[in-house]
Amino acid sequence: MTASRFRTFLFTAVALVAVAGLADATYLTVQALTGETLTCGGSPDCFRVLGSSYAKLGKIPVAMLGALAYFTVFTFATFAAFGYRRAPKFLVLVVAAMFLMTLWLLYVQAFLLHAFCRYCLFSAAITFLIAGLLIAVPPLQRRADG
Amino acid sequence: MKRYLPFVIVIAVALAAFGSGTMLYHAKRPQVKNMSDSQSASATSETSPHVRGNPAAPVTLEEFGDFQCPPCGQFAAFAEELLKEYDSRLRVVFRNFPLPGHEHAREAALAAEAAGFQGKFWEMYDTLYKEQSTWSKAPNTRELFESYAGTLGLNMDEFKKDMDSDKAKERVDSDHALGESLGIKVTPTLFINKRPLETAEKNPEGVRAAINAALNGKSQS
Repeated sequence: MTASRFRTFLFTAVALVAVAGLADATYLTVQALTGETLTCGGSPDCFRVLGSSYAKLGKIPVAMLGALAYFTVFTFATFAAFGYRRAPKFLVLVVAAMFLMTLWLLYVQAFLLHAFCRYCLFSAAITFLIAGLLIAVPPLQRRADG
Repeated sequence: MKRYLPFVIVIAVALAAFGSGTMLYHAKRPQVKNMSDSQSASATSETSPHVRGNPAAPVTLEEFGDFQCPPCGQFAAFAEELLKEYDSRLRVVFRNFPLPGHEHAREAALAAEAAGFQGKFWEMYDTLYKEQSTWSKAPNTRELFESYAGTLGLNMDEFKKDMDSDKAKERVDSDHALGESLGIKVTPTLFINKRPLETAEKNPEGVRAAINAALNGKSQS
């Protein structure tokens, strides 16, 4: 496989993994909007995490910001896979921000709330996987004949 | 065509995510019915619910709760604040709705009902929520409930007998059946003067606004 094809393969993989993250974040957003995160009996029963003050930024559920972030990653990864030159730069910036946010949210769960939500852990795993895939992307080679 | 393909893919995924999110939202949105006069706390029967505050208050805040549910515990503390704030204008009613996913919730409800037979339902209610994090994870919940009953000065023989009695089970089951008939699936589910609170109202400001609206409605009628 050539470096160029490998890049396309990795960007495609990032886009597909981002769709899984988008599905997870969309589900959590719906939970937040329907109020299930403030009650028991719904699914997921992640009240201590999703019902905490850390699950919102102002009045906006963090899950909704996550859904937007995953969609942004999907968009840039798709364009990168199709060879758009600037897309990878934006992709790296967004994923770096998501990576830092994920570290903060893991810290909140582990040390401030002392509780974990499996849907949030799944999202963290997705973000780490996307970051790992991006690290593996080889640098763009200039064409020798160009 | 290849030039437009990434745009088409991105728009398709955006529509799919938005569409599925909207469908899920409508499917998950709680659809709880209004209580009828016969179902509300004003109805008097053998299984009349537990009332705190002025029994003749113009506003009734009715809760379907589960003793093992952390948000119900938070609501219990908030309800106490509300009772002080609104004084004789508000009464709070509790109905049992132990969720099947909470393994000790039904036993806790039976303990509260057994305490109620000795006139100490609300004292046990407060204790159960205060000690929720302890008994929720304990293997010996029954012993803990009995120790709470002892602390409250209940007759222990009566308490133990009542916890296993059909009378206590009937009270819990009748509350649960009422909740199910109203379409309740989650706890706490709150009603103000028989009207279920919407998701957007399930916060301190929302509950206060709903109580104030009910008070205004009463004063105008």
